[in-house]
Amino acid sequence: MKGNEALAEAAIRCGCKCFFGYPITPQTELSAYMAKRMEKSGGVFLQAESEIAAINMVLGAASTGVRAMTSSSSPGVSLKAEGISYMAGSDLPAVIINVQRGGPGLGSIQPAQSDYFQATKAMGHGDFHVMVLAPCSVQEMVDAVTLAFDKADQYRMPVMILADGLLGQMMEPVTFPEAKTELPDKSDWAACGHKNGRKHHIINSLFLDAPLLEAKVKERYERYKQIEENETDAELYMCDGAEIVVAAYGATARVAKSAVTKARAEGIKAGLFRPKTLWPFPVKEINQACKDAKCILDVEMSMGQMIYDVKLATECRIPVEFYGRTGGVIPTPAEVYDEIKKLTGGAQ
Amino acid sequence: MTTEIILAGFGGQGILFTGKVLAYCGLMAGKELSWLPSYGPEMRGGTANCSVCISDEPIGSPLVANPDILIAMNGPSYNKFIGTVKPGGLVLVDSSIVDEACTRDDITYVAIPATDMASESGMNGSANMILMGRMLVESGLFDMDVVKKAMEKCIPPKRANLIEVNMKAVQMGAASK
Repeated sequence: MKGNEALAEAAIRCGCKCFFGYPITPQTELSAYMAKRMEKSGGVFLQAESEIAAINMVLGAASTGVRAMTSSSSPGVSLKAEGISYMAGSDLPAVIINVQRGGPGLGSIQPAQSDYFQATKAMGHGDFHVMVLAPCSVQEMVDAVTLAFDKADQYRMPVMILADGLLGQMMEPVTFPEAKTELPDKSDWAACGHKNGRKHHIINSLFLDAPLLEAKVKERYERYKQIEENETDAELYMCDGAEIVVAAYGATARVAKSAVTKARAEGIKAGLFRPKTLWPFPVKEINQACKDAKCILDVEMSMGQMIYDVKLATECRIPVEFYGRTGGVIPTPAEVYDEIKKLTGGAQ
Repeated sequence: MTTEIILAGFGGQGILFTGKVLAYCGLMAGKELSWLPSYGPEMRGGTANCSVCISDEPIGSPLVANPDILIAMNGPSYNKFIGTVKPGGLVLVDSSIVDEACTRDDITYVAIPATDMASESGMNGSANMILMGRMLVESGLFDMDVVKKAMEKCIPPKRANLIEVNMKAVQMGAASK
């Protein structure tokens, strides 16, 4: 199954009842799958007139307590930024998928990872975070969707899955969890019909009283602190005794893994650190991965964005080098291997 | 062991479908696999290619840079990929379409007039399956019963008649050796 289709099927099985989207390559198979399957599974699929409309439909649906999702690719996600900020400000859970392509502007339609800053640092205006998950296989796309819906509900916030064109387009074997029959109860805050049976629930992100808004934001940051403590996740591959640790996420991590495996076979002490959550960034995990490292090689399909988190997390104790391709060009294992070799001077 | 395959040709020749059948063969044989299409602004008559990896271990990069096996169904694809094939690799070309002569002596090079063979047997559009059949005999990658099972997975029941046609073409390719 294609990565994009797997994302869609997983969402349906998670009890996602509303999908609103606007087609864009390389994400379109996801919308197409939803168009075919959503109605049959008792949900709503709607192709909106624009990305902005789609994200605001998600906001509306999420306000009523149903599981809702939208998906797009880089330029489309930029258009959704305003709505995502409103959802964060209204404490609404939803899942947003970005199957990244080359940028800036309309860019290319080939895979890229140049939306890292946007996803992890500035997904819209205002003081807020979205949780950002970075799967690296079709199976992990499925797992990420399940986790994303659960965490969105648990912390009442938007969660983003940051994939890329390669993961969206590739086909791999995949197994799905059983469809969820029990979903979290949101009756204490959701704005759904009650025939005057209780006090109004109001979904709102406008607080004209500054101290009140400050208190709201601070409460949200208390939740963020818990997330940073409890929700980080990363894969450490061959990091024991590794003198050079390659840091990479998503599709690039697969390329890097091939390079690391080859380097180890050639006697170079290399390892791979692969964050599965980008916000919160796995600070503990990277420090564990790098405990014997003399050098970190950050590899991305961008001009270098995650590298700042790598430097911050390791407090610049170890030199961090960079190798990247961008604009839709995918690095090859041989290129990454050559960088590893250059930095280590070959086998020790 | 990992076998990396690139299939390339014109859009409309069934390049992506052939790759999908090979990927499903991997699934049927209990192997790890990946299938990655080129998804540029391609269309019928343009170029199309895909990367397929079949492995006993989890697959790293699904994008094949240096294939063990190349199937090239047009000249531009042949020229683009021939230099990337690993030494000792296997290259199959459709000589009905590809005029270029082989310039490498460190690979196994098989040229069969697949498009002509298909049309002479009234199976227009099955050149891809003929080439795959020959590739399977040359490489020993999968047995015919695995291919049959994969084909049944790739073709929807309402078009089941195509399973037989495709299998006939695969057999014809296999018998061309």
